[in-house]
Amino acid sequence: MRLSRGVAVVGAGMTRFHHKIHANKTSREIFVEAALEAMSSVDNGMGLDELGALFVGNFSGDSFEKQTHQAALMADWLGVTPKAATRIEDACASSGVAVNMGVMAVASGAYDVVMVGGVEKMRTLSTEGVTDTLAMAADAQYEVGVGFTFPGLYAALATAHFAKYGSTWEQLAAISIKNHHNGSLNSKAHYQTEVMESAMRFGERRGMKFEDEMEFLRSSLNPVVAYPLRLFDCCPISDGAAVVILAAEDVARKYTDTPIPVRGIGQASDMMALHDRVDLTTLRATRLAADQAYKMAGVEADEINVADVHDCFTIAEVLATEDLGFFEKGQGGKAVEEGLTALDGDKPVNPDGGLKAKGHPVGATGAAMAYEMFLQLRGEAGERQVDDVEYGLAHNVGASGGTVVVQIYGRT
Amino acid sequence: MTQFTVQAYKDFLQEGKLMGSRCKSCGTIYVPPRPVCPECHSRKLDWLEMSGDGTLEAYTVIAVPLSILAEEAPYAVGVVRLVEGPNVSGMILDIKEGAALTVGAHVKAEFKKGEGKAALCFRVT
Repeated sequence: MRLSRGVAVVGAGMTRFHHKIHANKTSREIFVEAALEAMSSVDNGMGLDELGALFVGNFSGDSFEKQTHQAALMADWLGVTPKAATRIEDACASSGVAVNMGVMAVASGAYDVVMVGGVEKMRTLSTEGVTDTLAMAADAQYEVGVGFTFPGLYAALATAHFAKYGSTWEQLAAISIKNHHNGSLNSKAHYQTEVMESAMRFGERRGMKFEDEMEFLRSSLNPVVAYPLRLFDCCPISDGAAVVILAAEDVARKYTDTPIPVRGIGQASDMMALHDRVDLTTLRATRLAADQAYKMAGVEADEINVADVHDCFTIAEVLATEDLGFFEKGQGGKAVEEGLTALDGDKPVNPDGGLKAKGHPVGATGAAMAYEMFLQLRGEAGERQVDDVEYGLAHNVGASGGTVVVQIYGRT
Repeated sequence: MTQFTVQAYKDFLQEGKLMGSRCKSCGTIYVPPRPVCPECHSRKLDWLEMSGDGTLEAYTVIAVPLSILAEEAPYAVGVVRLVEGPNVSGMILDIKEGAALTVGAHVKAEFKKGEGKAALCFRVT
């Protein structure tokens, strides 16, 4: 697959992802906040009337807010009706897919400029309500019907990976520690605290003292959610929105001297239920979506300088870094322990804190990855900036891998 | 209308039968049953009853449960490789701790019935 017309990101914005600060807002206010920030970020300015269409990722406004039809609502509240507005729902990959849809819409020539974003307001429900809602993205009959929760599916993938490759929970804990560190450098992240800071704070309240992060992570203050995954292996429940603005390469220079070109995109599906997959230690759709994106971009996995991968659970980062071809199969956990995926490592992964620390307002996550790549490729990521980025990759997974979408960004 | 429906599969579970469908063209077996073979795209499949014997491919013990299973937590679920070949998901009975399970453990199907609902369960043997 080749794009018949080049497409670049010319602006990006996002709200902080958080469980409290958006408490008195609905998704429309959260989305508009991110959208207006994206508009303001366009170097040479852009008017709302220049947007050709709007693509909005939203997983389950239905369940969280009793509000469907979110794209038209966002167009309405942003003041851009009657422009075409389309909601995309592919579980946790909703706005990652929206990015690809936006890219193809511009590449096709249908529009010169589109806005792509995502929004989720999750904190309207209790943890139990969120657990039920997230489980709707798995096979309701054959997985949820026998008791699987969404964390449970990834926990099962972890046991299969541990058994086949000898990877360990300690390696997963190292991912959590790394991503919390990165989150501490990101003012938009849900959690901006090192794991050790949490250990001290939680410990103080309970009269417990911890020598190091691992002692805390092994303690009762880090309870099991779904064995072997504990609380600090799971992304938090967050509200938030993220938005990017895509423009055709032939008009992008009007808006900025440093547009960030989309070099490659890919998307694949897989069997919904884990039990219908051939291999439980890999997400096939990641490999296939990445292959498409690498081919289109004309780059290899080892040329990627920075990546945002879908770490809804720590084990998911192991699977992702292997399936994207960054590390040999079975070596993803070891790579983290060796520091290869740290900000100053050979292959920095999730510089923004990942879903783990940045947060995962489900429908906003793919767009938030595009936001991070925009900053990283322009050298505007501040304290978490990775050095000498030529290529950045975003990897967004729907539920347990039924949908995977990948984008590769370059520099002009 | 296909006979390989969710409802038909569940009705068999109520009778204590674990049923799948086998592709007449390439022989691949699917549990639960499917009407179209993803391997060869044939639409000619037959019912096939499974023995219920298998081994654990992957598992978890869920501490933060679905609301409908709040009373049962912690409870175990897993992906089971049946001796006939296909995998299927089910609850693993009477397991409260992850350390009690291992990938490769032998399990046998049991059927939890009642209230018009039937669920596939397994027990470690």
